[in-house]
Amino acid sequence: MAAADTALIAHLLRRAGFGASRDELEEYSRKPYEEIVDDLVRPERFAEVDEKLLNRYYPHLMNQDNPGVWNGRWFYRMVNSRRPLQEKMTLFWHHVFATGWTKSEHTPTMVEHIEMLRRNCLGNLRTLLVELSRDPAMIYWLDNCENHSGAPNENYGRELLELFSMGIGNYTEADIKNVARAFTGWTFEQPIPLYPFGHYGARFVYRPEDHDDSEKVFLGQRGRFGGEDIVDIIVRQPAAARFIARHIYNFFVADEPQVPAWSVTPPQDPAAIEVLVKAYTDSNADMRSIMRVLFNSDFFKATRFKRVKCPAEFIAGTIKLSGDHRSPQLGLVALDAAAIVMGQKLMDPPTVEGWHTGKEWIDGGTLTERVNFAVEQVRDPAKPGIQALVARLAKSRAAVTPEKLVDACLEHAGPLEAGEETREALLEVARAGGTARFGTAEERGKAEARIVRLLTLIVASREYQFA
Amino acid sequence: MATNGKTRKKDPVLVVIQLSGGNDFMNTLVPFTSGIYHDARPLVRIPEDKALPISDTLAFHPSAAPMKKMFEDGKVAVVQGIGYENSSRSHFRAMDIWHTCEPNRIATEGWLAKVVREFDPQGTNPLTAVSFGRGLPRALAAPGVTATSVGDLDNYGLMTPIQAMEERAEDLEIFRRMYTPAVGSGLVMDYLSQTGRDVITGAERLKEAPSQYRSSVEYANNPIAKSLRDVARVHTAGLGTRIFYTNHGGYDHHAQEVPTHARLLAELSGAVSDFMQDLREHDAADEVLILVFTEFGRRIKDNGSGTDHGSGGGAFLIGDRVAGGLYSEYPSLEPSQWLNGEDLRHTFDFRGLYGTVLKQWLDVDPEPIVGGRFEQLQPFKAAV
Repeated sequence: MAAADTALIAHLLRRAGFGASRDELEEYSRKPYEEIVDDLVRPERFAEVDEKLLNRYYPHLMNQDNPGVWNGRWFYRMVNSRRPLQEKMTLFWHHVFATGWTKSEHTPTMVEHIEMLRRNCLGNLRTLLVELSRDPAMIYWLDNCENHSGAPNENYGRELLELFSMGIGNYTEADIKNVARAFTGWTFEQPIPLYPFGHYGARFVYRPEDHDDSEKVFLGQRGRFGGEDIVDIIVRQPAAARFIARHIYNFFVADEPQVPAWSVTPPQDPAAIEVLVKAYTDSNADMRSIMRVLFNSDFFKATRFKRVKCPAEFIAGTIKLSGDHRSPQLGLVALDAAAIVMGQKLMDPPTVEGWHTGKEWIDGGTLTERVNFAVEQVRDPAKPGIQALVARLAKSRAAVTPEKLVDACLEHAGPLEAGEETREALLEVARAGGTARFGTAEERGKAEARIVRLLTLIVASREYQFA
Repeated sequence: MATNGKTRKKDPVLVVIQLSGGNDFMNTLVPFTSGIYHDARPLVRIPEDKALPISDTLAFHPSAAPMKKMFEDGKVAVVQGIGYENSSRSHFRAMDIWHTCEPNRIATEGWLAKVVREFDPQGTNPLTAVSFGRGLPRALAAPGVTATSVGDLDNYGLMTPIQAMEERAEDLEIFRRMYTPAVGSGLVMDYLSQTGRDVITGAERLKEAPSQYRSSVEYANNPIAKSLRDVARVHTAGLGTRIFYTNHGGYDHHAQEVPTHARLLAELSGAVSDFMQDLREHDAADEVLILVFTEFGRRIKDNGSGTDHGSGGGAFLIGDRVAGGLYSEYPSLEPSQWLNGEDLRHTFDFRGLYGTVLKQWLDVDPEPIVGGRFEQLQPFKAAV
């Protein structure tokens, strides 16, 4: 397979997944690009991650109340899933439908919320929005359980329109009030009480006696609308097609300004948005079809390293590089802790607005956390990912020039396109050590240390911050 | 009153505390004798006998006792009814407006970032503004402006996993080179380069702060107390920081407002009181002004469990040089005066408060920062 293709497939897997190891890349490269895309949008062709294995090794990962263990399990999925797009879309929707643990401190409903996103992530947007509206974690997060006939609470109604489907400027305050009324009576119940058993799952219930069944006007349409009718109207709006298209572009193609700016800032690539809007309209908002169109588009293939990695991508991708956690191993919960200090506590976004993305992931504090985390991961030459690179170089049995050593390390970490300053700095370090040899144990030990040093600098580089 | 900046020998410092989510001003400074208030909030009201009165008509929330004490000591200026025309009810839009002073368009430059630019036009001290907590607030973001965001003050620095000191020092130098491009390569990449270099410079200076600090004040164990303790540690280290930024989250009380709001106000007022005490112990209080703000107030009527997004909030200026008291006017509670029939009508524009702080405290021309002239307050004691 040509090198250019490997770079393209690596790009695809950074965007549609959480990166790929060299071995994985080689395996993927056996198929043509379009077939890889088809596999990605059809996750059901591949086995699910076996989480039972985790439970057998580490029963503490079944703790019902600690969100950190569930985020750790999610990282295990990101690293190991043979359905990478399923995990990536789950994270995408979590960004859009930002629901947080902090308010409820109810871990099982948050775990189920993420599972709901995973089940519906590549399905139809209508189904997803209805399931979202029925989701106990969301109902509690945006107070729909306090949204009663005669005493509407408009929190969910407002955010459904503003943040989850259409964006500001496409509806009126009166529309919000009517959406709130349409979702009255959509609440949840908890079959197992909190005391003395702790947190157990909740389930959606519809209470007709608490539903405001009177006439409503929404986006110019009139009827005795309920929640599903509202979703039906929303998904048919051109504003929804456009809003979702911009979200997809921002998350999968290139960083855009933050969501609040979208009502006044045009997209950087209007033609790309039009392609996605058309895919939305043609498929009646079928996410699988839209994503297939996206990944096969020229604008997608050409737009590389234009997104600042979010912390989850940064962490999972670095773990793929170091080769850790490919089977149950301690330290999954520590990955959650690392993401938190980088500004992304999974299952707990700061507000319903979700995380600010792009360059806003980076400030002095988070950059420090990112660099230090990645450096830590590549310090130990015994890690499988580093041994794989050493073995690859040693196999040639020939002496490896400093230039080839730098190229091999950059290749292993991406392939990463290094800018001039980075490349020069790496070459200088490599040249100081001369030619690398792998003949004797001593030579191999020295070469390993040099590889670790180069990988340290590579993962600390500016270029490594981008996907 | 630019004399403030000129007669004191220490440069004035501003500590911002952002209350995220929309603090309920009516339940913070409570119109506790108003029948309208009690009728509007059958379930989310402060009972008349529980409130902590500061006048015949107004009282602090019962959990804000330390705040009331500071008010009685003359250290708190309450800015009543703060807001702006057509107040946004969206959290992030409203927060953006407060951060950028641009109610009518999306702006990217933060008001405090522009102050940093005034203080340090060459960007020589990355610690001119220091924010504690995750991410840098938009208020401190602007192209070419450096502000430092500190997650953990006790372990701040790059390449810390490298054990060998010599190798770490060498790799830090290489890092600096990799982050110093000869030619610009796009906005985000340039920003990343600048940030990387600033972290190295800032970390070298900042690591001194925790080792120098001693205090008899024991802060409570909650996020805002931790942040203000960090502010005290850096401020007393004398690193040239002029603006500190902290965040206290959780004020979005659509539901179960009564217990949650009480906890938050107790945390906030306790932490501020401890912080001021700590500064006095270090003879470092006089030059510090605290500004407490939130993105909006809440609806006049409760919703049965909490309150929905509203307008007409409140802000606080706290410090030893503040002339304590009530400023501006409490928004009218008369139903005929309610904005859109459900909201408090703001009585003072937030840009006037910013202007007051900029002109009278920081000695900076407010007009280009807040985008015009707005009525100011006189909340500071005359210079001694």
